[in-house]
Amino acid sequence: MESPILRDGRLPAAFLTPGSSSFTQFLHGLAPEMLPAGRSLPAGGTIDTPHATTIVAATFPGGVVMAGDRRATMGNVIAQRDIEKVFPADEYSAVGIAGTAGLAVEVVRLFQVELEHYEKIEGASLSLDGKANRLATLIRGNLGMAMQGLAVVPLFAGWDLEQQFGRIFSYDVTGGRYEEHAFHAVGSGAMFARGALKKLYGPELTEEQAVSAVVESLYDAADDDSATGGPDLARRIFPVVAVVGPEGYRRMPDAEIGSLVERVVAARLARPDGPSAVPLP
Amino acid sequence: MSIPFYVSPEQIMKDKADYARKGIARGRSVVVVQYADGILFVAENPSRALHKVSEIYDRIAFAAVGKYNEFENLRVAGVRLADLRGYSYDRRDVTGRGLANAYAQTLGTIFTETSKPYEVEIVVAEVGEGPADDQMYRLTFDGSVADEHGFVAMGGQADQIAQALAEGYADGLALPAALRLAVHTLATMGAPPGAPEGRELGAGLLEVAVLDRSRPLPRKFRRIAGDRLTGLLAGHESPPDDDGGH
Repeated sequence: MESPILRDGRLPAAFLTPGSSSFTQFLHGLAPEMLPAGRSLPAGGTIDTPHATTIVAATFPGGVVMAGDRRATMGNVIAQRDIEKVFPADEYSAVGIAGTAGLAVEVVRLFQVELEHYEKIEGASLSLDGKANRLATLIRGNLGMAMQGLAVVPLFAGWDLEQQFGRIFSYDVTGGRYEEHAFHAVGSGAMFARGALKKLYGPELTEEQAVSAVVESLYDAADDDSATGGPDLARRIFPVVAVVGPEGYRRMPDAEIGSLVERVVAARLARPDGPSAVPLP
Repeated sequence: MSIPFYVSPEQIMKDKADYARKGIARGRSVVVVQYADGILFVAENPSRALHKVSEIYDRIAFAAVGKYNEFENLRVAGVRLADLRGYSYDRRDVTGRGLANAYAQTLGTIFTETSKPYEVEIVVAEVGEGPADDQMYRLTFDGSVADEHGFVAMGGQADQIAQALAEGYADGLALPAALRLAVHTLATMGAPPGAPEGRELGAGLLEVAVLDRSRPLPRKFRRIAGDRLTGLLAGHESPPDDDGGH
């Protein structure tokens, strides 16, 4: 582990100083240039960067499911067909990202280290609210970049180990943190995904039904939003779907999602607008 | 103004080493044993909060004896170094060897440059893909490193414990067998002077953790406590459950 941090091989005083159990705070004192916060862009001018799009999440009695499409766009161009935008934040929570892909991935990496670091130093995990608040602080640190057009908007979901149910948190670019009930979506296709989920969601869904509802809603988002990618049957690229419950974070295997997507697409061949809700009598 | 007495460098180093050894010998012992699916850590430690065994990174753990505030300091520094490395490069670039080196340099500097050495002894262990890839580094207060195989004992009666472990140890032990060997050795050989003959260590007096290579998630470190520990001590092979032991 030869490292620029370790001069003559030994641990510098900063490592041995008792203090914060936050990795971000530690890094801020040691090497602030490594943190996404505090960076600034030269004034004026804009740059084209890949943008990540739609993330949806929905709770069900045994946990919460989060899914993201696989497209990143740069203006009118598809920058990547198989980007992954849903990640495990720790063993009991998931984070999905929309916005500037490069910065968002960096924020997720920092957030993952932050949670694990706290857990190791303190010997106990943060509460789910604590995790959600830490993410808010990281997003707030990116406000300067957001004002210059490089926004990062995450969606956070996890299993609350104390209260034993799944919860969803949404954010704005200023670090505002809002708890969402039942379901939520972020990103350019969110409007359409949320509209679809509104008609498909019910509080008593099983895990399987919840997964199927979020996949349908991503299909609807891709149907109306050009920046959201639909399922790519030719290349076998399917949405990333993660389920978080009392057993922890689990990413659903591509084979399972693949067969679900095939059923959804087959049903859409008969009825392109998808399942219909029953009107009130 | 008084003229200070001349003390030879040999004498200074010897005094420091004796001082550190005495401090370490006062504490209860810790043993680290390789078993078929990983590395087992057992400490005689009635505290549920002040750990002697801890997670550093995915495959790396830390065990220590001696002065709590000093080894806690080293543990936190190790977690910081590992997380910083993993964040700047990649999770695979964090290695037990690198961490052991940083600890060795740090302990060596503290031993030679300060008047009071750290009264600690630590083990940095890394679980590999198979038993042949497991690594255990034992570091002493003066920064010396030893690459160990099979088992390590540290603390009060380390020599007697190591001797007894050598008799009972074999490569490829199953977890319950390795645990019983470690606990039995600690109970008999690690007994403080004046303890009753044939004392036993129950689950409440033990801190037990494993680096379990069969765990599917990247983080291989798990604590074993409560019912699972009682069951293993009684000889039941329990399923590899995750009983949330962080």
